[in-house]
Amino acid sequence: MTSRSRIPFFTAIALLILAGTALAIWRHVELGIPWLTGEQRPVWMVEARIDFNAANEPVLASLNIPEQSPGFRILSEQAASPGYGFSVVEKEGSRRAEWSKRDVIGPQTLYFKTQFIPDPNANRDRPRRAPKPISVFWEEPQATAVREILMQAEERSSTPESMTRELIRLMQPDTQAQNTTLLVSGTNHLDLLVRMLNHAGIPARTADGLKLEDARRRQGLTPFLQIYNGDEWLTFDPKSGEQGLPEDTLLWRQGAASLLDVVGGDDSSVSFSILRQTIPALQLAAMQSEENGFGFLSLYQLPVEEQSMFRMLLLLPLGALMVAFMRIVIGIRTSGTFMPVLIAVAFVQTNLLPGLIAFTSVVAIGLLMRGYLSSLNLLLVSRISALIILVIFITAGLSIVGYQMGFNTGMTVTFFPMVIIAWTIERMSILWEEEGAHEVVVQGAGSLFVAVCAFLVMDAPLSRHLTFNFPELHFVVLGLILLMGQYTGYKLSELRRFTPMKAYD
Amino acid sequence: MDWISPRALTRLGMLNMNRRNVDYISRYNDRTSYPLVDNKLKTKLVVAEYGVKTPKLLQVVRQQHEIPHFREMAEDLTGFAIKPAKGSGGKGITVITGRDGDEFIKASGARVPAAYLERHLSNILAGLYSLAGTPDVAIVENLVESVPGLAKYSHQGVPDIRIIIFQGYPVMAMLRLATTASDGKANLHQGAVGVGLDIGTGKSLNSVQFNRPITLHPDTGLALENIDIADWEEMLTMASRCYEATGLGYMGVDLVVDINEGPLLLELNARPGLAIQMANGRGLVPRLRAIEGLKRHHFTPEQRARFAMDAFSSQQ
Repeated sequence: MTSRSRIPFFTAIALLILAGTALAIWRHVELGIPWLTGEQRPVWMVEARIDFNAANEPVLASLNIPEQSPGFRILSEQAASPGYGFSVVEKEGSRRAEWSKRDVIGPQTLYFKTQFIPDPNANRDRPRRAPKPISVFWEEPQATAVREILMQAEERSSTPESMTRELIRLMQPDTQAQNTTLLVSGTNHLDLLVRMLNHAGIPARTADGLKLEDARRRQGLTPFLQIYNGDEWLTFDPKSGEQGLPEDTLLWRQGAASLLDVVGGDDSSVSFSILRQTIPALQLAAMQSEENGFGFLSLYQLPVEEQSMFRMLLLLPLGALMVAFMRIVIGIRTSGTFMPVLIAVAFVQTNLLPGLIAFTSVVAIGLLMRGYLSSLNLLLVSRISALIILVIFITAGLSIVGYQMGFNTGMTVTFFPMVIIAWTIERMSILWEEEGAHEVVVQGAGSLFVAVCAFLVMDAPLSRHLTFNFPELHFVVLGLILLMGQYTGYKLSELRRFTPMKAYD
Repeated sequence: MDWISPRALTRLGMLNMNRRNVDYISRYNDRTSYPLVDNKLKTKLVVAEYGVKTPKLLQVVRQQHEIPHFREMAEDLTGFAIKPAKGSGGKGITVITGRDGDEFIKASGARVPAAYLERHLSNILAGLYSLAGTPDVAIVENLVESVPGLAKYSHQGVPDIRIIIFQGYPVMAMLRLATTASDGKANLHQGAVGVGLDIGTGKSLNSVQFNRPITLHPDTGLALENIDIADWEEMLTMASRCYEATGLGYMGVDLVVDINEGPLLLELNARPGLAIQMANGRGLVPRLRAIEGLKRHHFTPEQRARFAMDAFSSQQ
């Protein structure tokens, strides 16, 4: 019997719902916006503490701070150092925190706090320009020893990675090979490795890592060896030769720059305290959305005032969905199609019970006054206008009486849309005259019931969270409402209405 | 609580609200034709061209300042009906059956002063009863006097006959009798009695009030099972003509039988209610499907009425 196909319609709806869900899932994965409220994410709080003795002359302390640490994202940075001038500067590709002060004497302590979020995908270290190996000059007899060890290592390896592993193994102090002993004696083991690798044509450098463990104080940095394999920087443990960064290790310093320089002081040292914190996942996502390429699509970028307005606006579709469901599928009669939604919005601001009491009392008093108005024989427009003013009087009266009696909730009546209430009173009054009190009670109760249902849906923390943080889910709501517009089945109320038809079945 | 299963309703072919709206009203009723039926004044004019008679129009009140003239006009009238042109569901219709000095007697027997009627007119003009609250005009029509054969069944008010016309074919009919509960109005949801009529013969089938089956009129106490509408085929033909007049594929046609003028069209309804199915004790869906399944539609209203009388008769 269908004269035109409904397939395009249903395809479009399926697409709409699919698009909404897919976008939400994508944003959840990509931006880390949580599905549920109150979800927590771990964050590492690392505090670098610099101690030094100032020698009564201008001081400049400069600490290397991480910029791109593999496996971590920086959430926030903060310096605490009373009396010092502070700035973060970029120098030769590395970031440094610099404190300065003119006249200082005695022991000094400076703090630098950073919050890191673990993120396995963050910052794989790919330099834009491929680094070149540094040319190294060796003196005899080291030059020969180096050449021989490198030849050995090269024979047993095929790639820069395996070469590095092999070299580290050969350079173990306990290997007891003659060449090794000659080289190792008296020099820094790690520096030696870096020099040898550079000599072999593999760009190499040192890095300092920090083992992240909760509630640790006065931690030092662990040195690591990094080589460039032609694509990215790889990290090796210079003792075991193990490739890759151990878990929960943060690379605080990468590259050649020094960790700490203090001009105008001595006995300087850096130590680290680590704390594991949790922050709401939502806050995290909001902070990160600025950095993310698609962050501009989210509502977090709006001023806070607009955000709170959108919070409210984005709840309305849920109310509309509720009304559509109640009227199309359940078959509840309401007075005014979307009056219940507006009442529900007012309930959201007033809370349910005070809202219900305030609303019913305003409408009841209004109905009584409307009884008098109808005997005045007024034109419709002026009657409604008069009713609006009366509703405002009633509202003010209730607020004052409520306040004097000690109920602050009396004030909440002001949230109700006055014009809507006036129209509701007018309609109810006419309904009363035409169809009797029964119909007024049915429609009034129906409206309140739908309003309460809409309120419960709109007030649920989960729906507030989802509507605001995943606005794309409204495509799904839209799809459902469109689907309901094609529902041709029986309403629940019709199953009751048509009951007498049982006799003919 | 008593319920009927959706399966049983489907088996009975009961048309429901959602299907009526989606599959019939929105598909077969062109929106541009709605003003023709939503405005009783336009209805009157357009059906007149197709030879369908309506109650005599006495006055049209379009402006607030015309209301005082209403009193002059009403001086020498005994019975009339005031209707909002764009009213729906019988809202705002006031029927005056007589005079008592300066006061008017409503169909319910209540006496009201002229000022009451003027306020009523003013309300109508302001749009209180119109569908979207838009400004309206009031029409004053001659009071219809029903033939005694039907009038005796109705308590106050005029009994009317609702016929559902689908693509020009009468598919279902019922007689609506006013009761005390319905305040002289013939609307089922206000408490009027609905008596299903056999499309084939015009004889009564079942009766319902407030969706419950009844056998006697609650006020007059008359049995409702042997009602027989005279000139049935003519009435069906007349109802079918409204299809040509309005172009609406799915509509309700309300007819009355006047003692002087014969069958008159009272109003058309682009969204006829579903209670007619309960008065008939059968669903609309099989009949609507039968019409939709016709390979070739009949051209004249006479042919369509004849076809419906044969196809949808209960006598088989």
